[in-house]
Amino acid sequence: MNLSVMLQQLSSGMLVSIEIFVLTLVFSLPLGLVICFGRMSKITVLRWLSSAYISIMRGTPLMLQLMVVYFGPYFIFGVRITKSYSIIAVLIGFAINYAAYFAEIYRGGIESMPVGQYEAAKLLGYSKAQTFIHIILPQVVKRILPSITNEVITLVKDTSLAFVLAVSEMFTIAKQIASSQTTMMPFVVAALFYYIFNLLVAVVMNTIERKLNYYR
Amino acid sequence: MSLLEMRHIKKSFDGLSVLKDISLTVEEGEVLGIIGPSGSGKSTLLRCATGLETQDEGEILYNGTFGLVFQNFNLFPHYTVLKNITDAPLRVQKRKKSEVMEEARVLLKKMGLEDKEKAYPYQLSGGQQQRVSIARALAMKPDILFFDEPTSALDPELTGEILKVIRQLAEEKMTMVIVTHEMNFAKNVADHVIFMDGGLIAVEGTSEEVFSSHHERLNEFLGKF
Ligand SMILES: Nc1ncnc2c1ncn2[C@@H]1O[C@H](COP(=O)(O)OP(=O)(O)OP(=O)(O)O)[C@@H](O)[C@H]1O
Ligand SMILES: [Mg+2]
Repeated sequence: MNLSVMLQQLSSGMLVSIEIFVLTLVFSLPLGLVICFGRMSKITVLRWLSSAYISIMRGTPLMLQLMVVYFGPYFIFGVRITKSYSIIAVLIGFAINYAAYFAEIYRGGIESMPVGQYEAAKLLGYSKAQTFIHIILPQVVKRILPSITNEVITLVKDTSLAFVLAVSEMFTIAKQIASSQTTMMPFVVAALFYYIFNLLVAVVMNTIERKLNYYR
Repeated sequence: MSLLEMRHIKKSFDGLSVLKDISLTVEEGEVLGIIGPSGSGKSTLLRCATGLETQDEGEILYNGTFGLVFQNFNLFPHYTVLKNITDAPLRVQKRKKSEVMEEARVLLKKMGLEDKEKAYPYQLSGGQQQRVSIARALAMKPDILFFDEPTSALDPELTGEILKVIRQLAEEKMTMVIVTHEMNFAKNVADHVIFMDGGLIAVEGTSEEVFSSHHERLNEFLGKF
């Protein structure tokens, strides 16, 4: 196999990795907020359920969660699993796992807000929703951005876990080529890919952080 | 006309009785000063009056709207000075933008901050931040303005500029309730003064009456200044 064929196959894997990355963020960032609200809810049952959810998602391996999402429908409901379900299972697994981490980051950010901000908003007549959206959330975003960056960098590398469900992303393909052609080359390319991807992530997150530095 | 009437307010925090039976009225156009030792319940009284705490017993009758100036300002750090002042009138009161902007600039001028409208709170001194927070409260056109120790988070040099602003508001007949540790200020600016001690109003009256009272605890307290 010449290098250009190899690169071509790897680049199709690259696209799948990027797809997993982007869609995971699209689903898990908002889902995390919902879980965070549950975790901070006045309703005990909701709070209890969210805590249990977060604890399980953070306390068990993501690889195992992917397996459960993939094989669960068969073992629990007897549904036949098709090959095309594997990418969906990966997206579901990643989204629900990362949402748990984001929920805790959001909660930490919200709880770190000084109570005076809520009190000032209340005295000025802002509704609860207005207070959250216009006063609290923008400040929370700034506070939690470094933690979010950490998670996002981890996610870049975690996308390689999709190989357990044989989804043809970067790492799966690199592994296949490496064993069929007995060469280290695909792993080198894969390593470069993840590294450059993360450099880009760092640049983007840095830019956002700088943009938010207009106030303290 | 009385703008605010508090009747037999009681409040405790897990068993600790902080307000024991407080009744007071605030008349339109007057300045009410509240003094008293630390822990006597002054802040709690203001927090009940402004709805930040709910009293356990008693009732509060309002005859108008109110605003509160906090000891530590509580400005919105992500908003410019101008937006801090205009956001609530626009978003909450839904008033006309041109009118709100114009009034905000008048307020800024009055506070001596006309060149600061684009600044963020972190770029201002404590005294300037407190003046912004007074302007923010005034922009809502409240009938009563409450102050909880508006100068005690400030360096002594900055205290004067805030007191000057409040004195000016008093001359304009703004109705104000001011918790303060500045005894001279209370003496000179307040029409009525309340001395709180242990969750009760120990002495009340015009500022001359209170500051010439022979009440033992009050004299002991005033002796510390
Ligand atoms: N949220 C709260 N929970 C429990 N105790 C409280 C709370 N708020 C106030 N207290 C207690 O109530 C008492 C009165 O407090 P308050 O802040 O009203 O006093 P103050 O007169 O404003 O004192 P200072 O001059 O120091 O500001 C204090 O003993 C305080 O510890
Ligand atoms: Mg106080």
